[in-house]
Amino acid sequence: MAVTKVVVDPITRIEGHLRIEVQEENGRIRDAWATSTQFRGIEQVMVGRDPRDAWAFTQRICGVCTVVHAVASCRAVEDALDITIPPNANLIRNLIHGMQFVQDHVIHFYHLHALDWVDVVSALSANPEGTAGIARRISPWPNNSATYFKEVQDRIRRFVSGGQLGIFTNGYWGHPAYKLPPEVNLLAVAHYLEALDWQRDVIRLHTVFGGKNPHPNFLVGGMASAINLDDAATINTERLTDIRDMITRAQRFVEQVYWPDLMAIAGFYKDWAAIGGGLRNYLACGEFPDGDVRQIDTMYFPRGIILDRDLTRVHPYDPELIKEYISSSWYEYSVGDQEGLHPYQGETQARYSGPPTPWTYLQDHPKYTWMKAPRYDGRPMEVGPLARMLVAYASGHDDAREMVAEVLNRLEVGPAALFSTLGRVAARGMETVLLARRMNVWYDQLVGRIRGGDVATFSGEKWEPKTWPATCQGYGFLDAPRGALGHWVQIANGKISRYQCVVPSTWNCSPRDPQGQMGAYEASLVDNHPLLRPEQPLEILRTIHSFDPCMACGVHVLDAHGTEVTRVKVQ
Amino acid sequence: MYFPTSHPWTEEETLGQHLETRGVKRREFLEFCGQMALILGLGSAGTPKVASALQTQRRPTVIWLQLQECTGCVESVLRTAEPSIGDLVLDLVSLDYQHTLMAGAGHAAEQALQASMRDNAGQYVLIVTGSIPLAENGIYTTIGGRTAKEIIEEAARGAAAVIAVGACAHWGSVQAARPNPTGAVGVRQVIRDKPVLNIAGCPPIGDVITATIVHYLTFGRLPAADAEGRPLFAYGARIHDQCPRRANFDAGQFVEEFDDDAARRGYCLYKVGCKGPATFSPCPIFQWNTRTSWPIGAGHPCIGCTEPFFWDTMSPFYERMPDVGGFGIERRIDLIGAGLALTAAAGVTAHALATGLHQIRRRRNPTETPGKDAPPPEPKA
Repeated sequence: MAVTKVVVDPITRIEGHLRIEVQEENGRIRDAWATSTQFRGIEQVMVGRDPRDAWAFTQRICGVCTVVHAVASCRAVEDALDITIPPNANLIRNLIHGMQFVQDHVIHFYHLHALDWVDVVSALSANPEGTAGIARRISPWPNNSATYFKEVQDRIRRFVSGGQLGIFTNGYWGHPAYKLPPEVNLLAVAHYLEALDWQRDVIRLHTVFGGKNPHPNFLVGGMASAINLDDAATINTERLTDIRDMITRAQRFVEQVYWPDLMAIAGFYKDWAAIGGGLRNYLACGEFPDGDVRQIDTMYFPRGIILDRDLTRVHPYDPELIKEYISSSWYEYSVGDQEGLHPYQGETQARYSGPPTPWTYLQDHPKYTWMKAPRYDGRPMEVGPLARMLVAYASGHDDAREMVAEVLNRLEVGPAALFSTLGRVAARGMETVLLARRMNVWYDQLVGRIRGGDVATFSGEKWEPKTWPATCQGYGFLDAPRGALGHWVQIANGKISRYQCVVPSTWNCSPRDPQGQMGAYEASLVDNHPLLRPEQPLEILRTIHSFDPCMACGVHVLDAHGTEVTRVKVQ
Repeated sequence: MYFPTSHPWTEEETLGQHLETRGVKRREFLEFCGQMALILGLGSAGTPKVASALQTQRRPTVIWLQLQECTGCVESVLRTAEPSIGDLVLDLVSLDYQHTLMAGAGHAAEQALQASMRDNAGQYVLIVTGSIPLAENGIYTTIGGRTAKEIIEEAARGAAAVIAVGACAHWGSVQAARPNPTGAVGVRQVIRDKPVLNIAGCPPIGDVITATIVHYLTFGRLPAADAEGRPLFAYGARIHDQCPRRANFDAGQFVEEFDDDAARRGYCLYKVGCKGPATFSPCPIFQWNTRTSWPIGAGHPCIGCTEPFFWDTMSPFYERMPDVGGFGIERRIDLIGAGLALTAAAGVTAHALATGLHQIRRRRNPTETPGKDAPPPEPKA
């Protein structure tokens, strides 16, 4: 059989711009290339700025995971300036980041990923009574009547017959890889719509503490939202009650809608537990500190490395072992293309060397992406929900072990099934359940501290630049919804002299390194991966979406020589 | 609950008929029109006009391009206020191309775009989020192997109206901050042969975006705009003039340091860097996320994100706005506000104020055609 070259560009239902090229032979994928097609140069913009402003600039790396760069940036600057934030500020950041996880993962499941598994058109032939029966069996969620599902179905029917399909135009409806019965398709479509309303409500937690979403406000040294139970303009009982109710509604939706749906749908796609595993190494940097972020052993999600899929051993994580390579990326290094550089020595000079646009294929070119290739001790790593759950499981984390056991038991598969496209989807659901529950703990701790008289949210001793050392550097980490994130900042004379981010999607979407090792997307696409109809690349979308790509996050540049940013004057 | 495109609206139906078939009561519809009339500054007397225009309106096509950006503006639209009835605004259109939500990918997605542009030539509304990188022949953002510049130029040709949503599409935003490594510019720097409306902000409030679409459907044209191309119904007033903490400012009650006693009483944030005196935005009025709060309401100073070049002109964000000698503080701040605080650093000259005052006069004259080229700020010596 001939080899077919397949290009999927744009990959839709992700953040940002991603191109996938594969070679298909006999219905299987035999080679793959992942290309990030956008570059913004934000780190170059950072140089010469006030470090206290850095969170706002880096936050704009991504409007989907809209808090993660801001928090990582605050932590990097706080590490550099040796600032310990008050416990209340840490709890507020945990609540904000926890809700980011929960909201983002649910949106990902229903609005970005579901259409790879759910055939909207098939839902038309469902028996609403059957859907109601399934709904009642798997969940106590109140919207479970046949009348309700009939109403949803009628809306879809009118929509399809109306001819203007909008966002559903040119979907791969009827593709043989869709396996759900019509009744389950209808259930998922109904919850697709409900989740749209739900996410808008629960994300208001960010607005209470940060003033808006997307892009809520943060503050180096703590949080700006002052607490005073006796004032209308501050965090008071009314606001706290709103927060508590949002956490309750978030948890209820996750436990009664998202998780049961995920388990029900996964049951029809067990073959995907043997597809798309890819890399054999997993990295988690740890997240949700109990107090001081530097006390790593207090993290709710533990830090660690899994090598060669060996779940009997968790290796320590050392950020000094990270290097970025550019042998397949449109950059150049002063030390040559074969060397890797640690972020503190990181340098990047954009140098496009691909073909002129419009492109036909990039796979014949040695350099083919704006993404760099981070490696941990020379190894490619997968980061994200699966890495976190594996590290937690292998570390003996009680909550994680319980979730993993439940999944394996219900799907009747062994632990090896986790290393797959389906395992990635399941791991995202597991950690969403854990965090939706955990937010109650942080909320109770916050209220307990306020009850005890502690209302501090900000530590101001190091706010003024005159209190800073002439030069210093810091590392801010955060395990974000899409995986391990690191910000490295160097400060000289009160200004940023160097700024570098190594981001989840840089790990996962990385291209080949000088040793020819693929990144996580590429490796997963060539791991026992089908592609039935190259002109309808549904299977590619399934595996790529299982990583929840966030491309704007992954691409960045640093000006190695730290030129001063010129400020602006009025003519 | 109304999902943007989950509900059919056939070519033959008017909106009135369409809503009736899906069970929206006349009273709910009029309530919605009343809210929109208020947001659009028409007052409650404008309700019948909005209602009658919407009822006879046929479903237009929207093509949404996402170029060099972070997707925050799309997320903001997903947070649109007025639960259930607010989503109706998005249901007013046929959203034929939208990367974040559309089912098809790759060739299927690009086919949908081409088909929609062909079938609706001269009729569709083009919404753009993200900037256009012009350096190195535009190689810094490509979709389907083509540059953002090629894509927007093609899509704008057949557009009846162009709406640039967010700071990136407005002027380039964070990637256009100094030194602008990719040569990022806003839509108006590329599309010069038709008016471009700018929904400013990083991101804008979702409701402003939806209200703008309603305005277009109601009146058949884009709303009146200031010199920046920002609709006056949303960006006609300064934050400082609408701020609930203005009384604290006037009384000299300031937060001196975050989390001090003044912060715990919700006093004015001017001294910790608030850019409200230089920022035209509806944040204090519309608020964010179904009117939950807004930045100053949650204790953080405004960073001026609806103003062009704010990453350079408003930063450092925690530095107090310039102190111009010779005036009382309130007079001083109002002058700075009028001057749009083109710099937040020291060294504002009389010449600067004159320039700013000229701009504010233009801004307040809505009949003046929006300028196509926002002047880039000059580097400071």
